[in-house]
Amino acid sequence: MSARDEVMARVREALQDVPDGERAEDVTVAWSYGRPLATGAPGSAEVVDDFVEKVEDYGAVVVRVPSGGVETALREALAALDARKVVLPDGLDPAWVSAVAGAGVETFTDDPVLSHQELNGIDTVVTTAAVGMADSGTIALDHSAGQGRRALTLLPDKHLCVVRTSQVVSDVPEGIAVLAPAIRSRQPVTWLSGGSATSDIELSRVEGVHGPRTLYVVLVED
Amino acid sequence: MTTQPEARPRLTPAPPEVSWLGMPPFPEAVKTELRRSQQRKNLAHATHTIRGKRALRASEVDNWEELRTAAENIKDRVGRHLDEYLLQAEAAMQAAGVTVHWARDAADATRIVTDIARAKGVDEVVKIKSMATQEIDLNEALEEAGIAAWETDLAELIVQLGHDLPSHILVPAIHRNRTEVRDIFAEEMGRYGTPAPEGMTDDPTELTDAARAHLREKFLRAKMAVSGGNFIVAETGTLVIVESEGNGRMCLTLPETLVSVVGIEKLLPTLEDLEVFLKLLPRSSTGERMNPYTSLWTGVREGDGPQDLHVVLLDNGRSRVLSDPVGRAALRCIRCSACLNICPVYERAGGHAYGSPYPGPIGAILNPQLRGLDSPVDKALPFASSLCGACNEVCPVKIPFTDILVHLRHKVVEKKTEKHPTGEQALMKTTGRVMSAGKNLEKVQLASRGAGLVFKNKWLGPMPIPLASRWLQARDVEAPPTQTFREWWDKEHRPSAAPGETAGGQGSATEEER
Repeated sequence: MSARDEVMARVREALQDVPDGERAEDVTVAWSYGRPLATGAPGSAEVVDDFVEKVEDYGAVVVRVPSGGVETALREALAALDARKVVLPDGLDPAWVSAVAGAGVETFTDDPVLSHQELNGIDTVVTTAAVGMADSGTIALDHSAGQGRRALTLLPDKHLCVVRTSQVVSDVPEGIAVLAPAIRSRQPVTWLSGGSATSDIELSRVEGVHGPRTLYVVLVED
Repeated sequence: MTTQPEARPRLTPAPPEVSWLGMPPFPEAVKTELRRSQQRKNLAHATHTIRGKRALRASEVDNWEELRTAAENIKDRVGRHLDEYLLQAEAAMQAAGVTVHWARDAADATRIVTDIARAKGVDEVVKIKSMATQEIDLNEALEEAGIAAWETDLAELIVQLGHDLPSHILVPAIHRNRTEVRDIFAEEMGRYGTPAPEGMTDDPTELTDAARAHLREKFLRAKMAVSGGNFIVAETGTLVIVESEGNGRMCLTLPETLVSVVGIEKLLPTLEDLEVFLKLLPRSSTGERMNPYTSLWTGVREGDGPQDLHVVLLDNGRSRVLSDPVGRAALRCIRCSACLNICPVYERAGGHAYGSPYPGPIGAILNPQLRGLDSPVDKALPFASSLCGACNEVCPVKIPFTDILVHLRHKVVEKKTEKHPTGEQALMKTTGRVMSAGKNLEKVQLASRGAGLVFKNKWLGPMPIPLASRWLQARDVEAPPTQTFREWWDKEHRPSAAPGETAGGQGSATEEER
């Protein structure tokens, strides 16, 4: 018998006490999915304030700008981060690309594809995001246009991420609902809650291990 | 340790000579562990810190109890229909370009991973922290096959470089303090790659920087990674890994080949079920609102991440756990470690005493079920608890730990006594016979009254009576009464009653003679 058949047979044997007619849906799950928190609708002032508070609590920088203020904010951010070499994924707003290019940094695109060694030599990446989840201060990327493949937001040490206020939802359940179509179409998804961190030595938190050590969020009103 | 001259030198740091298999049962192991005062200090500090953080983060969520119930329900749904979900997950993963393997046991699983590594022609793999691969001792199997497995989680790195064993599910090096870590890094890093910088202090930031530098060269050159998995969504075939450091993302993104070894119980029916678990897990585990990084991937993505994906679905005793309708609740476990952090026994004994990578309350109920009740270690584990029930209260998937512990204790006793009844059982059997009829009891009481007459109200101190001598060393005991309750009753209530045919009647007469 193949390992597959044997494991399946053992599992079926183990479940003899489950009545034959019982379907999976017959096991009640006392939960209603996708509910927002009482803080309100996506992008509402209360939700956005909660998001900012929680992201900052992880030690990340959040800068709030009015719509149209992204270019200036990016230039200021690159200066604040002391960025030298910046990778720009496909699909970013051309106005942002020229703003970065005019900020006195060396810019790179991922076309032709950058090697891991090349990416390792780049210090900063600029991306958009798919959704922000306020309650946990989480930003999710679905790696579509403007967000680059996964390695782009992993090897550079500084991640400059532009999030629109309308993308910010109150909590994880709404966030999953926003991401579900991308996941169902098999896009990879990465959740970021602050920068990388460890508490493995005496539970004392150290910011920055292998992923980007700095997360800098530009939050645009829209 | 002597090395055979023909033996090939090891590629990775050797584990301790006494590994899990050589460990004594809990009651014996704990005697050594309790003497390690530094470890007890480290553990007390760590467990108290984490349990405080967990309590704070759980209190921030208004519907925490509702979430726990939902998680329990979802896991029970998966468990009761695991056969259907396994087939659904297999089909979804295959459709997304993942090669799915099945492993009956540790030998199957390690062979599958070794074969993939050999087929890829690699002599090293980078690893994400994974309980499943600890359980099957994958690293040593790879080492024997000439393939170096490098742990990349900081705590696992400390354990590996320290020739040590993990002692906690979430923070495997919880028993080590910063000075010990500094010494391990300074001594060992250079032997296996980028050395620790000269003059490194025991500041956790400096230690973390040394690990970053040591591991980065391994991430950049690795052709193959091995991971576990926190969840597999059956509907879509999506794998989910939660982590903190980014070592997981490195392993999941940079190498060409990724093999994930995942227990068959790790399935969730739908994507939407993730909303329950991704709220519960980080708050229960590290006491954070969310862990720094969560990766979700659904098969191969052209031009992004590993192009050759494998998943090994691991049984290794899980179907045995599933076959016990009481014990199967242990399969709900999402490896958060909240039960360890709250446990008064774990806090003092530490993780190694449990003789498995799964320590604490979850280890006490999971190991004996996964491995069976054959070894002295597994027979002892259900008793490694005070049954205080703190674990029941913090478990995010509501595992009824104490119920399962009592259930397993019962099974241990049944197994122990099925062939050789114990002295205790013989005693109980005799007691049963004595108590079954008044006449029998009276006969025995006659004997005890006889003893009472011999000792004449003298307190009994130490004396060489078999069995009782040790007990009497520390206690004085009153001599048995010279009159039984029945005799007293007869005397008080039926003073005129003639001495009957019973022993009790004769006893009354004796009493009156006094």
